Amino acid sequence: MDWTALGVSIRLSFWTMVVLLFVGTPVAYWLAFSRWRLKFAVEAIVALPLVLPPTVLGFYVLVSIGPRSPLGRLYREVTGDTLPFSFKGLLLASVLYSLPFAVQPFASAFGSVDQRLIEASRCLGSSSWKTFRRIIFPLSLPGVVTGMILSFAHTLGEFGVVLMVGGNLAGRTRTASISIYDDVQALNYNAAFQTSMLLLGVSFAVLAITYAMRRTLWAAWPTR
Amino acid sequence: MADEIIVDIEKRFPGGATIRANFRLNLAAASTAILFGPSGAGKTTLLRSIAGLERPEQGLIQFRDEVWFDHARSIHQSPGLRKVGLLFQDYALFPHLTVRKNIEYGLDHLSKPDRRRVSDEVMGLFEITDLADRRPREVSGGQAQRVALARAVAPRPRILLLDEPLAALDVPTRARLRTELRRLLEQIRIPSLMVTHDRTEAISLGHQIVVMAENEVRQAGCVNEVFRHPADAKVAGILGVETILRGVVVHLDAGLARVLVGPTEVCSVVLGELREREAVLVCIRAEDVTLQRDKHKIESARNHLAGTIQSIESDGAVERISLDCGFSLVAIITRTSREDMGLGIGTSVTASIKASAIHLIRL
Repeated sequence: MDWTALGVSIRLSFWTMVVLLFVGTPVAYWLAFSRWRLKFAVEAIVALPLVLPPTVLGFYVLVSIGPRSPLGRLYREVTGDTLPFSFKGLLLASVLYSLPFAVQPFASAFGSVDQRLIEASRCLGSSSWKTFRRIIFPLSLPGVVTGMILSFAHTLGEFGVVLMVGGNLAGRTRTASISIYDDVQALNYNAAFQTSMLLLGVSFAVLAITYAMRRTLWAAWPTR
Repeated sequence: MADEIIVDIEKRFPGGATIRANFRLNLAAASTAILFGPSGAGKTTLLRSIAGLERPEQGLIQFRDEVWFDHARSIHQSPGLRKVGLLFQDYALFPHLTVRKNIEYGLDHLSKPDRRRVSDEVMGLFEITDLADRRPREVSGGQAQRVALARAVAPRPRILLLDEPLAALDVPTRARLRTELRRLLEQIRIPSLMVTHDRTEAISLGHQIVVMAENEVRQAGCVNEVFRHPADAKVAGILGVETILRGVVVHLDAGLARVLVGPTEVCSVVLGELREREAVLVCIRAEDVTLQRDKHKIESARNHLAGTIQSIESDGAVERISLDCGFSLVAIITRTSREDMGLGIGTSVTASIKASAIHLIRL
């Protein structure tokens, strides 16, 4: 049973979720309220990780953060470190990989806030930022929490992207799903079984909490 | 000082109609102007354009000496900069905030104690102090209207825009709140512009009226004047021609009210509640007034008013006749019957009106 790998998985999922809250929110806001003609293209790009093989996404991320790429060079000049096969590189890849799981629930929650409440806020002299902070975001909280939990759960189960970008470094980039693969390769079925059970339990618990909240807490949420 | 608002705009809808509006109004401090017209005439869109929530394709909107919208100069001020208070049809209260927080929402420019002082003051005025800590879903329709009005009024807007403020309520509540709304609008002394398609609301709340039909402004002016002299057959069809007078109830008996209008007394059937010595608006539709040359027949009409003809306006086959019978009254008759009766300016006639045709509106 690889507790270290599980720790890496949970740490990665947690930080992915936090980053997506801050990155996904403006993207979702733009998607919900923009009237740009080519918005559909951006929507398609955001949804791409849903259908793209994780290895393809992982490969592109690996190439674009490699030491020869502009991004990789810039990162090394600023921090003196490299991104591939590091936790931060893995985090970047995970954020991209789980982007639609956060952005889509966020955007649909923002978009379903009653338009007249937004107009009422504007008529009372509020800026877009205040309207977002005081009206749109609080009323979208159920959707935001759903998006965060989904992105957490999705990151917890990722495999292909991690393998491509993170490699398999114990304590740094070896996640639970990779440790299961390693155990199976080494015919260590017992350890694989235990880690799998644990992942199954954690994933089920997270989703069960989400759906339970939808039924009790959010059912009483003052959205109309 | 009266605030002048000038509107001259065109607003297009994709694949739909174009709304044209052109009017100017002088709004005195406690006065209400009505945007009147049938549903779908473009009233709400016009109101939203004035608020700054819609951007017209053409034209100009000016308030006092401030340009709110000018297509030619690409000026389109945000609703916040225009300092308008908008009351939405279904109130649009923020469901996650308490009544107090709703009212304080537009007061961010004030310090916290000042916000509290203003919200206390406004809640006191609107008699909703008890509701301060409730959420919008915990208040009744009538209370929600007062909360919404309080929220719109708290930042002291320069003009109040009301979009069918009574339409969301059931009929008995509507009659009660109409009286209440009138009182509140008089108290806060902010000029207001109100959209409605209800004649009674227009008559009882409005001082001036802008009539819209088929996406166009057809007439603008004083309520009394517009009802008495509609500009064209279309406006007359929407409003009906009507004499509106102020009166005082002097006697109530067996479902009939005697109302004193100037020196003249009229008799009306009472519908709903009414008290003696109460001030009312007396409404008489011109179609309900019949004219006779002498007063000798006994007939079913309760009111027989002696008067002289002041003016005759022709509107095709029918004519609008203004009488002086202690107050000014408009009657509509056909040209042929006027000719048969030999009526002309200065002729003495008796005007008969059934008691059930006189409509009283409480003030």
